[in-house]
Amino acid sequence: MNLAMGAYGFYVWSAVAVFLIVLLIDTLAPLARRRRNLRDLRARIARQENRRRPGTSQS
Amino acid sequence: MANWVPLWLHRLGSPPVFYRFAGAVRPWALGLALVLGAVALYAGLFVAPADYQQGDAYRIIFIHVPSAWMSLFIYGAMAVAAFVGLVWRIKIAEVVAMESAPVGAAFTLITLVTGSLWGKPMWGTWWTWDARLTSELVLLFIYLGIVGLYHSFEDRRQGARAACFLVLVGAVNVPIVHFSVNWWNTLHQGSTVRLVGPSHIEASMLWPLLTMMVATKLYYIASLFARVRADLIASEGGKAWVRDLLVREGGAA
Repeated sequence: MNLAMGAYGFYVWSAVAVFLIVLLIDTLAPLARRRRNLRDLRARIARQENRRRPGTSQS
Repeated sequence: MANWVPLWLHRLGSPPVFYRFAGAVRPWALGLALVLGAVALYAGLFVAPADYQQGDAYRIIFIHVPSAWMSLFIYGAMAVAAFVGLVWRIKIAEVVAMESAPVGAAFTLITLVTGSLWGKPMWGTWWTWDARLTSELVLLFIYLGIVGLYHSFEDRRQGARAACFLVLVGAVNVPIVHFSVNWWNTLHQGSTVRLVGPSHIEASMLWPLLTMMVATKLYYIASLFARVRADLIASEGGKAWVRDLLVREGGAA
């Protein structure tokens, strides 16, 4: 396998690394955001429930 | 007349339907993108022959060019969605437009950085204020401006409207990026692969390039759908279907 890429190993492999790292972050970010949004929403609903019936619901 | 197509599109305009559709399509699009991307990278890096002038440095093309195509393609898709959202007030179209922008920005960033990594060994410089490079940099700023404008409003819907308008204004930059190599005498080379007329590339180099093009398109679908799903939970948080979702997903979050 031509891992050295002639004299251009640094440039070629850096480009591959940038491509993979940026897209990895782009893939993980929305998954984390979805989980965070679900958690926030759950907390909001719990607060509303609490206000309606103080002291009864704990979640 | 096949009227199930508009009917299906109409149903897809409903946020809960789109949410489920996106959730079903996303893993397949991402999986296929990974397989095709791996094949294209392997073929581009190891199977395709070295270039007679640039040696192995040219292999950056298999990342740089598909990413550059995506930076423009996503803008086009985003502009169509923004137009539909603004004219017909379809909420899902606004969300699709807004959530396309970060993916477009990611591909534009990849294009600029890999272009720089290609420019250094071939042109002897990391950066030059050439028409193609400058207009691509402006494209990145427009993408970031759209993301920023969307998130700077208290009311999400209002933010989406304002940013959709910016999408349409910024669309003027897209043909400038595309034709910059023809309109100005640039350091950047002209198009290698052409829709009209013969491409200036050998078949053994062309197929990995086209495979990567398909992989990046599928990747865009997967990333966009993940983003739309996250967005809808926040923007439709008060609706019954999201409440039902919370109950059904139980402790998953």
